[in-house]
Amino acid sequence: MSRTRVETARAIARDIPPGSVVNLGIGLPVTVVEHWDAADEVIVHSENGILGMRALAPGAAPDPDLVNAGKQPVGLVPGAAIFHHADSFAMMRGGHLDYCVLGAYQVAATGDLANWSLGRPDVAAAVGGAMDLAVGAKRVFVFMDHLTKDGESRLVESCTLPLTGVGSVTRVYTDLATLDVTPAGFRARELAPGVTPAQLQEVTAAPVDLRGVTHG
Amino acid sequence: MIDKFVATRAEAVADIPDGATVLVSGFGTSGQPVELLDALAEQGATGLTIVCNNGGTGESGLARLIRLGRVAKLIASYPRGANAQAFEDAYAKGALEYECVPQGTLAERLRAAGGGLGGFFTPTGYGTPLAEGKETRVIDGRGYVFETPLGGDFALVKAATADRWGNLTYRYAGRNFGPLMCMAASTAVAEVDNRVPLGDMDPEVVVTPGIFVQRVVHDGAEQGRTA
Repeated sequence: MSRTRVETARAIARDIPPGSVVNLGIGLPVTVVEHWDAADEVIVHSENGILGMRALAPGAAPDPDLVNAGKQPVGLVPGAAIFHHADSFAMMRGGHLDYCVLGAYQVAATGDLANWSLGRPDVAAAVGGAMDLAVGAKRVFVFMDHLTKDGESRLVESCTLPLTGVGSVTRVYTDLATLDVTPAGFRARELAPGVTPAQLQEVTAAPVDLRGVTHG
Repeated sequence: MIDKFVATRAEAVADIPDGATVLVSGFGTSGQPVELLDALAEQGATGLTIVCNNGGTGESGLARLIRLGRVAKLIASYPRGANAQAFEDAYAKGALEYECVPQGTLAERLRAAGGGLGGFFTPTGYGTPLAEGKETRVIDGRGYVFETPLGGDFALVKAATADRWGNLTYRYAGRNFGPLMCMAASTAVAEVDNRVPLGDMDPEVVVTPGIFVQRVVHDGAEQGRTA
């Protein structure tokens, strides 16, 4: 009655056209990289100063100076480039990245994004590059579970957690559906196998436009 | 003759005083000058303000300085993580002050300091808790936050190769904050793996020109190696 994270990652990869420049966030988003072929020439950006990152080849030795945003070892494609942090974030803020894929705690019907802080005063909130990506990439995709572990909808009318960006999100991919964020709110593009329009609306804490939605 | 090489790491950090602001390169352990930080721990300066993307890893380098109680304030974008227990413990005890800065804003504040700018307006963080109390402006319909320059008394930076003028290259993504921190510090100290004679570095590939670097320590210095 849903799709797996691998199936969701595949759906995201399919929707990003060959030749795009993409940043993949820590957590679920980095798994999307496994679903492109080299021939697609999707150029993956990493905030620590890499364009042309790829998964570490099987059997290849990890290099401490070739890591992704989550500090995991990665490789470089032919044509890769290295640059310092100010250039790396100029690429984000300056609108040079076609897409970024981020994880999230909450996404609002207005496109507001909350993904960096649970608002706990006893924990040091760590934002990393999330706010720069949220304002900068041309299209901001979110890859997250539809519900929290407690069964609460992560899609909301208005975020209750501290914001990462205002009106940032373009599209949301969950285990239940793919939804666009439009000026009128959420609009379902695709439902996961076995999910009906009524079921999707029932577990989503904001109105969803279900007209014309296709089953996955 | 200009020669920015110093003989030992201890000599390179000897004059860092209590209360200094020290810029520390690195993204996790990539590009972090662990040995220079260990030399600073041995030197004993305390009450430091450290500017670093992360909050130290494991028990060496920056994590060791935090464990020893030498860090009064940390300015960082992402001090947490699997091996950041030293920071987590200090923060939980209220033993250090922490300022969270978005990563790109951190980089640009360093560049502003190094490039003589009085600050800049960035869209990053607009409408979020990290913009609270800061000047904002709407430019062409988009909201921006004013951010101030962030310089340091010292920078400790890991690089790959240097000549005696302090020209630097880096190794892969170990470059990260290094070039910006060299610009932004009154005294930038680089630790390098390779020392080459003046003139051996192709001017086209120099990443940090020596004008931004005051001291260089060759990684082999303490073992008596020479390039």
